[in-house]
Amino acid sequence: MGKTVAEKIFDAHFVDNPFGDIHVIRLDAVFCHEITTPVAINDLVSRGKDRVFDPSRIKAVIDHVTPAKDSKTALQGKIIRDWARRNQIKDFFDIGRNGVCHAIFPEKGFVRPGYTIIMGDSHTCTHGAFGAFAAGVGTTDLEVGILKGVCAFQYPKTIRIDITGRLQPGVYAKDVILSIIGRLGVNGATNKVIEFAGPVVADMSMEARMTLCNMAIEAGGTCGICYPDRHTVEYLWPFVKDEYASKEEALADFQKFIPDADAVYDAEMTIDVSDLSPQVTYGFKPDTVKPVSEMSGAPVDQVYIGSCTNGRIEDLRVAAEVLKDKKINESLRGVVSPATPAIFQQALDEGIIKIFMDAGFCVTNPTCGACLGMSNGVLAEGEVCASTTNRNFFGRMGKGGMVHLMSPATAAATAVAGHIVNSSLFKG
Amino acid sequence: MKNFNGQVLFLDRADINTDEIIPARYLTEITKEALKPFLLEDLKFEGFDPQRDITGKQVIVTRSNFGCGSSREHAPWALEVNDINLVIGESFARIFRQNMFNCGMMAVELPPADIERLFSEFSGKPAMIETDLANNRFIVRADGKETVFDFSISGYDRALVEAGGWVDFADAKY
Repeated sequence: MGKTVAEKIFDAHFVDNPFGDIHVIRLDAVFCHEITTPVAINDLVSRGKDRVFDPSRIKAVIDHVTPAKDSKTALQGKIIRDWARRNQIKDFFDIGRNGVCHAIFPEKGFVRPGYTIIMGDSHTCTHGAFGAFAAGVGTTDLEVGILKGVCAFQYPKTIRIDITGRLQPGVYAKDVILSIIGRLGVNGATNKVIEFAGPVVADMSMEARMTLCNMAIEAGGTCGICYPDRHTVEYLWPFVKDEYASKEEALADFQKFIPDADAVYDAEMTIDVSDLSPQVTYGFKPDTVKPVSEMSGAPVDQVYIGSCTNGRIEDLRVAAEVLKDKKINESLRGVVSPATPAIFQQALDEGIIKIFMDAGFCVTNPTCGACLGMSNGVLAEGEVCASTTNRNFFGRMGKGGMVHLMSPATAAATAVAGHIVNSSLFKG
Repeated sequence: MKNFNGQVLFLDRADINTDEIIPARYLTEITKEALKPFLLEDLKFEGFDPQRDITGKQVIVTRSNFGCGSSREHAPWALEVNDINLVIGESFARIFRQNMFNCGMMAVELPPADIERLFSEFSGKPAMIETDLANNRFIVRADGKETVFDFSISGYDRALVEAGGWVDFADAKY
């Protein structure tokens, strides 16, 4: 019987199955940030086990609240900083070098096809874009991962979604994943991996695939996975060129982690996106999705462009294309946060930051802050944000606030119009 | 083992997310105890008031997909420091469910018909649940009578509850 991608990865990392379909797997990487790691660190210290299974396999960053906004967040930063030093964790990204975890870790080449990765962050599913199994976990799983390099999961079941047709101009990976979540519902993929396959995904850049996989969790999915291909090799080549004689050789190795033709799926679906228009959420769950055209005119107080979903260079380029030579509407405020220093630098070099600033956006340093209402763009009670982030729960970006999720193109167009509207890049 | 018996808090809404269980603005805390006053602070639906309804409850009965959203283990911790170690629901989000058992707590699924019965027969009344872990059953006491609901729990989940959580289990074994 053939295997899915996740089954191949699980079998290659098998340690133990102490209880039937519960598999304990070996971890290739454990990612850490300053919100969910300090309690694990403190617990390890109190147990007299302040050590890590392999410092080269642990990557850490301060990203959720940075620079620290108060004494409490300063202490969280200090705990993870001191811990990284004590345990010789070389890949620790402190202020000045830090970015949103799910943007900076792939950018540094830390994610490879076939890898197993955990992090105390639900959007860890992003890294499946590389053909890896990457899952968000709680602090206890993280603690065991740090100490032992293992994690337990139910042996994975997979939903395969073939995305066919051709995306119209002005329609992006964000619109595709919002539409998929709308169909699956917020628990449609609970306890399952989602394989995103088909010609539309094969055409997508790694950045777009990360946007797609990033929101698998919003349908309850454990991980989103795309198949490693030439895009994957090109993206990773600077990091792997010493390991392979040629890109062909790297591709052949990476493609050990594509599914067998006779792999067995829990469910399979095909979605033709040729007629898909830009999408937006209207309620307080990510599956409350409808076309932007049906929300046109809805009022907005703030536009936010950034996050692990849509804070990458491609996202900023699209937004800048919409904003060029325009001003954001006086009725709202705009905040943009390039997701990493490298993206920020690239955006500076390409003149994108100037376009944002000329339009009247506030450009912040790379951080997760606004997305979960912790810093750098928190909403007041009753306010509404048009946002390129991933969650629209009531109060997510600030107590009593509302969030409409959308693509960077729609967010930029909304900023100019002063209310929700389709971008001019969409001609449909 | 933790306590799995007590008065029931009925939360009659599906998809209660971890931002509602403990808002992100409190994730700057580095002790579990500090989360205590903020449990369910952002959960808004008719008939629920966290200030009034949480006190004196040790068990939550809810609908489907409880604990969706963020991976924050602060959600089980906020329950734990309020002496709530058992959530009974139609279904749970994966990470939340795992976090509960990893902490030696329980997130137990019952069939939709049983959940419906719990709500229709006991919601709005003082109801008490006793967990008989040895026999996989909940005994609900209300109006002077007892009603029994059978549940199933995997060997793995039971081992975590008995070990007091995943750290002790894994540390001894791997």
